[in-house]
Amino acid sequence: MSDQIPTSKLGYSLGRRRFLALSGGSIAAAVLAACSKSNKGGGTTQAPSTTGGTATTSGSTGTTGAPATTTVGLTGGGGGDGTIKIGYVSPKTGSLAAFGAADDYVIKGINDLVKDGLRVGGKSFAVTILVEDSESNPDTAAAKAAKLIDQDAVDLILVSSTPETTNPVSDTAEASGVPCISTVAPWQPWLIGRGGKPGADASFKWTYHFFWGLEDVIATFLAMWGQVSTDKTVGGLFPNDGDGNAWGDKTNGFPTPLKNAGYTLVDPGRYENLNQDFTAQINAFKTAGCDIITGVVIPPDFPTFWKQAKQGGFVPKVASVGKALLFPESIKALGSDGAGLTSEVWWSPSHPYKSSLVGRSAKEVTDLYTSDTGNQWTQPLGFAHALFEVAFAALAAAGSADKTAVRDAIKTLSVDTIVGTVTWGGDGPSPNVAKTKLVGGQWRAAKTPTGFDLVIVDNSGNPDVPTGGTVEPITS
Amino acid sequence: MNWIQAAISGVLLGGLYALYATGLSLSFGVMRLINLAHGDLAVMAAFLSSTLVLSFGGSPFWTILVLMPVGFGVGVLLQKVVFDRLVGVDPAFQIVATFGLSIVIQNALLKVYTADRRALDIGPLKTKAFKIAEVSIGLFPLLRFVVAVLVLVSLSLFLGRTSTGRAFRATSDDPEAARLMGINSRAIYMIASGIAVSTVFLAGIFSGAQTNFASSDGPGLLIFAFEAVIIGGLGSLWGTLAGGIALGLAQTLGAEQFTDWPAQLFGHVLFLIVLAVRPNGLFGRAEA
Repeated sequence: MSDQIPTSKLGYSLGRRRFLALSGGSIAAAVLAACSKSNKGGGTTQAPSTTGGTATTSGSTGTTGAPATTTVGLTGGGGGDGTIKIGYVSPKTGSLAAFGAADDYVIKGINDLVKDGLRVGGKSFAVTILVEDSESNPDTAAAKAAKLIDQDAVDLILVSSTPETTNPVSDTAEASGVPCISTVAPWQPWLIGRGGKPGADASFKWTYHFFWGLEDVIATFLAMWGQVSTDKTVGGLFPNDGDGNAWGDKTNGFPTPLKNAGYTLVDPGRYENLNQDFTAQINAFKTAGCDIITGVVIPPDFPTFWKQAKQGGFVPKVASVGKALLFPESIKALGSDGAGLTSEVWWSPSHPYKSSLVGRSAKEVTDLYTSDTGNQWTQPLGFAHALFEVAFAALAAAGSADKTAVRDAIKTLSVDTIVGTVTWGGDGPSPNVAKTKLVGGQWRAAKTPTGFDLVIVDNSGNPDVPTGGTVEPITS
Repeated sequence: MNWIQAAISGVLLGGLYALYATGLSLSFGVMRLINLAHGDLAVMAAFLSSTLVLSFGGSPFWTILVLMPVGFGVGVLLQKVVFDRLVGVDPAFQIVATFGLSIVIQNALLKVYTADRRALDIGPLKTKAFKIAEVSIGLFPLLRFVVAVLVLVSLSLFLGRTSTGRAFRATSDDPEAARLMGINSRAIYMIASGIAVSTVFLAGIFSGAQTNFASSDGPGLLIFAFEAVIIGGLGSLWGTLAGGIALGLAQTLGAEQFTDWPAQLFGHVLFLIVLAVRPNGLFGRAEA
């Protein structure tokens, strides 16, 4: 009682104080909550420790040194000689969910494939694939990787999709001495973002990566822009995350090569992901008269930017943006404003490669995906499949699931996958990185489930892939 | 010209912040209640709207007609079940109870809608704009601003001109005395909560159409609502509008000057300055 009456009698002035006190506490609470879910970018590094579990023994007899040749005959035999556990981490929900959308389909296919076991070193092992969702959050990704290692005792970790997923998982695997293969993140944010260095010396003992690099996306974008007559002024949208900092980096990112190619880059600076308002960026681009927009934007942010740009009367001739324009669903969300946008293409039905596991071509795989799920193909579909191709090839080359043997097998592995040849220890930028090739594509209206299709418009980075047209400027 | 463009964007963005803050301002003004689940209720509304659009088609605008009454109902229900027990008790209980409510709503949304982001599609309106001199004004942000002002005008008329409004103010000033005059303060509280939740539902739908939303966005929105209320000053609905606009302006003008700083930072800085220099807010009543 004594609490109640004075409060009401004192009315506003005490109330105001109380409001401030309360809101101080509440804002602190809300900030804490917000921080715990904020993207910490590629910087979530757990210092690579050298206390790696089953440590390095030189007697890695399983390694042949010769490139492994893998065939469909890899599977079968009943799986009676034990179990190999493979952990797989990817963003299935959250702002990066589009990257993981095809995962369930791919993993179901792989599970069907190995239901009678996987032949490794003359024995047949049952294969368990443990799938974890990173929820698009680096902290969750690291926690899920730790769970896979500590609780599930996996023999090998696979991880896919953006530095926010690959880096924390790779760091956790490196610290625990578990072999880890990652993909779908340009190699710079993966290697440099984790404290590694390009060069002949390996930066990491347990973690290996395959994907393209910034030099490829820059070359591809430049080749596409070269097809259109512009004022060579480019507006850059680089967020404050692993990719944005790598792409916008003065020495290793976009600025220098663009300058060398005669382009002027207008970089208004790093913005926060899930930004509500892009007026400042749009103003900067408008003032500089940018004909071209580029950057690496997470899928939910590009529609916000593009809507505001159109509201502000800013329409560039070419918009080549990484990450955000990869997925047909993102283009569909833009409605008629989606046609004409250009993107990097890591993999498509036009890629002339076959799966080493199922023997199907890229076109057959995407057609089957669409007829099975009703969804349009996405680029991570090919890379998720390739990740398992590489994993099984590594296990076959290792001849056992022994962690050191698997790791040593990856070092010199070369596999012809559905995304092309993946080779470690070749001419890559680091022994930990195998490079894949990149082409450029433009979204056009088409009779597909989403009403848009990605047409290859530049193949200078990989002439094996046929083009389906040239870059058409955005008109309205 | 860029500055004018940034200023207009800021004012229009401020309309949204004011819309967020209205319910918070009202429920504190009448009940001295801080609802930490305020932002989560906005996110919930956006998800409900998206579900309705996916099930029945059409534009998200018609869902406002359904969801504002639903919001009123949710508010009344929350008042009966939760908030009634928190009026006049130690503020720590309010924080714990409504923070808990916030966690419950977030996790319920996560369970039902996963962590995926969604957006509400308002069709061609999303990119429509008109130009005055060199400055272009987005039609949808303008509409959002006008709606915010209309909501505040009607609330202000309701509080100032109707007998129920008078009962609101009486209860706010002195619930004991108001009860002696025959005012049913519990009924007043229910109406206040109902209005508060239905305005934040409206804000959630408008926000979901401009950007996008996910189950964990609530606390972030709550901060903007708090800041708008405090910058504007308590007890003044017009102050809430002014606070929202000031917050929006701080963000867009700050970002215009320092493009490589996060825009939100400038709003937080303004909030801290107001708190230090003019703790009553721009339009707050002076301390007794």
